[in-house]
Amino acid sequence: SSHEHKLNFQKSKEMCLNYIQDAMLQKQWKRAVEFLTFYIEALEKDFSREYMGPSEIIWRIGSEILWHHSHNGMKEFNSFIEQMKTLAIKRYLKVCLEHVFHLLCNGLIDEAYQTLSLAESWRHGEQTSVQDKEMKLIEAYRGLLDYYSWAKQKHILLEHGQDGFEDLSVEQEMHSCFRKAAVNLKEIIKIPGVWDPFVKCYVDLLEFYGDHDEARQVLNEYAYNSKFPANPNAHVYLYQFLKRQGESKKSLISALKILHDSVPSHELMIDFNTMLQKSKKRKKHRLGLEVIFAALDYAGWKENVKAWSCLAKQLKQIVISEKHLDWIKQEWNSRRDWWPAFHFSRYLAKRNWQENESLSYEKALVAGILLGKDCKYFKYVSHQGCKAQVKRFRMLKKFVNKHNPVYLRISG
Amino acid sequence: RDFNERCAQCSEVNWGLTDGGRFYCRSCHNVTERTREVINTDFISNTRVQTISKGSRKKEKTDGGCEWYVCEGFQFVLKKQAEALEALGVCPQMKDEILCNFWRLYLQKSKQAYCDRPDGETVKALPVCDSSTDVESEPETPSLLHLLSLSESEGDLQTDSSFVSSTSKVSASTSVCSGSVDGSLYFMKNQKEKLRMTMPMTLSFCYMALLWLREPMTLSDLLRFVVEGHIPYLNVFQHFPEKMKLYGVDLKIFCVESWPVYEEVFNKMHELAAFLDLPRFPDITDSCFLHPDMLCMKYLMEANLPDELHDWTCRVVKKICIGEADFLTLVPGNKSTRKVKYDVLAAAVIIVVLKLLFLLDDHYEWLLSDFAEERNKNNKEGRPYFEFKKWYKVIKCSLDAEQKKLDEERAKYQWRCEKPLFYSADKKSKVLKRRQMVVNLQNQFRKLSGSVQPAEKPNPSSFQLSWSEENTDGSCFHGHSLKGILQEKRGVLAAMNPDYWLCTVELCRERSCGHLAHYREVEFPQSYHFVLSLFSFLLRIQPSSIHDDVCLIEHKLFNKKLCKKPKYNTVIRK
Repeated sequence: SSHEHKLNFQKSKEMCLNYIQDAMLQKQWKRAVEFLTFYIEALEKDFSREYMGPSEIIWRIGSEILWHHSHNGMKEFNSFIEQMKTLAIKRYLKVCLEHVFHLLCNGLIDEAYQTLSLAESWRHGEQTSVQDKEMKLIEAYRGLLDYYSWAKQKHILLEHGQDGFEDLSVEQEMHSCFRKAAVNLKEIIKIPGVWDPFVKCYVDLLEFYGDHDEARQVLNEYAYNSKFPANPNAHVYLYQFLKRQGESKKSLISALKILHDSVPSHELMIDFNTMLQKSKKRKKHRLGLEVIFAALDYAGWKENVKAWSCLAKQLKQIVISEKHLDWIKQEWNSRRDWWPAFHFSRYLAKRNWQENESLSYEKALVAGILLGKDCKYFKYVSHQGCKAQVKRFRMLKKFVNKHNPVYLRISG
Repeated sequence: RDFNERCAQCSEVNWGLTDGGRFYCRSCHNVTERTREVINTDFISNTRVQTISKGSRKKEKTDGGCEWYVCEGFQFVLKKQAEALEALGVCPQMKDEILCNFWRLYLQKSKQAYCDRPDGETVKALPVCDSSTDVESEPETPSLLHLLSLSESEGDLQTDSSFVSSTSKVSASTSVCSGSVDGSLYFMKNQKEKLRMTMPMTLSFCYMALLWLREPMTLSDLLRFVVEGHIPYLNVFQHFPEKMKLYGVDLKIFCVESWPVYEEVFNKMHELAAFLDLPRFPDITDSCFLHPDMLCMKYLMEANLPDELHDWTCRVVKKICIGEADFLTLVPGNKSTRKVKYDVLAAAVIIVVLKLLFLLDDHYEWLLSDFAEERNKNNKEGRPYFEFKKWYKVIKCSLDAEQKKLDEERAKYQWRCEKPLFYSADKKSKVLKRRQMVVNLQNQFRKLSGSVQPAEKPNPSSFQLSWSEENTDGSCFHGHSLKGILQEKRGVLAAMNPDYWLCTVELCRERSCGHLAHYREVEFPQSYHFVLSLFSFLLRIQPSSIHDDVCLIEHKLFNKKLCKKPKYNTVIRK
């Protein structure tokens, strides 16, 4: 490698930055600080055309280093951040916000609250309107912390029960927190975005004070307004709310349908399938089958006994009634190439039998129906089960043998 | 000006010009109604004029500053540099006579173009106090030798006030944005005729003086001392006298933000020598430090190579006549002689010798080393035979360690000076606030890292790598014998290696593309690159510069063979 013997200020600082980066990646904090000390003088030079100037670099790097390596903990960190705040007015609120995050990570809720309040009252000419977005976030997080206080007060009240005057102040405090929180939370969720924690907290508040209509509206907006980015959690929250409200199965199903479309592997799919099976409509049953098959496409569900039992139950019903065998055929068509290796290998048969008898039972039933009595999974498990003289396995064997012709029709 | 009326108020004859064109009395600041147009605009040399610009730029400024010219600043810098060189062991003659005379010559030559004086007028740099109004002038140019050998009583160049009269066309608007009187002018005027002074040129002046005196300091040494901080360069202006306020355009002139580049300083020095019409420099003979024989000895020691190689370098030097005084001595303005980089040349000679003995084609040198190792087993001579492999391991280890250290130093280099600078007065508070924050942050982080700022610079030394024969680990190769790789041939010890490969068959035209050859690492053997990088590190210069001189030497050495064989044959039988 040829080494440049020329050197200028720019190059020198670039090299310095490289050393800092390397040290940080290797978690050599002391070495990183050493080089950062030499980088600091870059602040005196104007880098206004660069993408990220020295003041931002020093803020980010310095925060990271001090976070991991400081002699007197938060005190040093805080004093550093205060300097960073004055360094670049254009970033003032952003620095405040990140400072708050650091404080929260360290469990310093009160300090975080104070910092947020201080930041909220900041005014600086036209900068106030330029940094409008950050301001909204600051207000939102303060709202979140207000909610947190509210929850604490609520907990105190519920523990003590409503007796006596000493709880009156707690109650008043609680309501005041509610008001403060509600205002800010409501504001932030108006803006299109992903606001899961804010939405949850806001809805919790509304439900507590009995404003179910507002809660429903908020959740519907969050889930269905096309301006908001697609967010499966929005539908989960809505579903959970509707369930709490005791809404009709119809509305619950429609909420979960969207979830199935976007996240077929979601954990609520079992509930969904159960709900669909209970329905009297044929279409719902069909959807239920689709839902449970889709969920089991995902590796995370491979060992989920409940899911397999749902599928097994439904397949059994269909086989016995001999109605709608074409449903199974349709679902199995796209899966016959890979499900055998994915779920029903001999290795898995052994492992499932060893680790989880119920799992192997349900899976064996499914395998027997879909792949026939001669498939390795079914053969192994049923053989083991019968050998161990477990009753249900004998029944299983009988069942599958009896309905083997059905298999032939499915596979044909 | 020939305005000899007595002032109405104080009866003095001491006139200056406001920028409105009126005369004012310098003693009592009485402004007259007489305007410039009335007066004869021919300038006579023995009156001194100062033009004053409007606003806060009065003769004694409110901030305690005074008027100063850019060349005064450079004069100060040179003085500081000369003092530092003297502290490093350079003879005092350099500072007191040579350098200051070169500088005066420069001022003389450049001022001729600077001002509107008729030809033949000269201006001498003399420290003049405020009260005197007359400056001695000589009607004819003093002879150069006279200047150079003069040891003037006012050899000390320090001036407290502006010394030279200038009728520069400083207009009011331009002087506002610089602390010096002519700072802004500096970038405006057509610079073609005269050599405009720059910070790197101060080093050219120093080197020129060192060369004149044939001091034992090469240009690479000088520049290394600058970077190590032994010679003032970066931020030297912070030692300007209090009264010389620096801001605005001055910063562009005096603030350096890069290390001096060898080629730049070197080329400027030659330009300068020609510009000053200097005669042939004192001869470089074989007893001079800068002679290739001497420098080769030094570099061989530093590179930890056997002393016996010195015979070979001397032979090469003699064969291609680069040890002749005519080749080595600088004759300014002579375009036909090549400008010699003494340090690079010596390094290149050593590399050529290594190629002669070891071939350095990534095969032969290792075979030869194994062969020497074998012979070493039966070696009863008391001195081991030199083994390339062993030497390579030792040097590579040291070089890597030193290079790593150097790289870290480069990353840690601090450019800012103690004295904060501002471009203009309204930025002052902002700059000071920033400075305060920088200092605070530095203190905070310094405590955290636990490192102490090294209070002193390492002692300056001529050698960067040193090897001692007292080391029992065998890491010093100075005393090793080359017999392991030589063979007897007709009563003479000759290299076993019969071959040689040329770095380039054809040399480029230096004048058109600036180089004799174009070095690309991938095109050459790694061993060759290794020795290039060794000297590149020692001299702090790009490998390509050394490669150029290697090509030059090779072409001189194999000149006859090259002319004889028209077809390309890069491997030559010696």
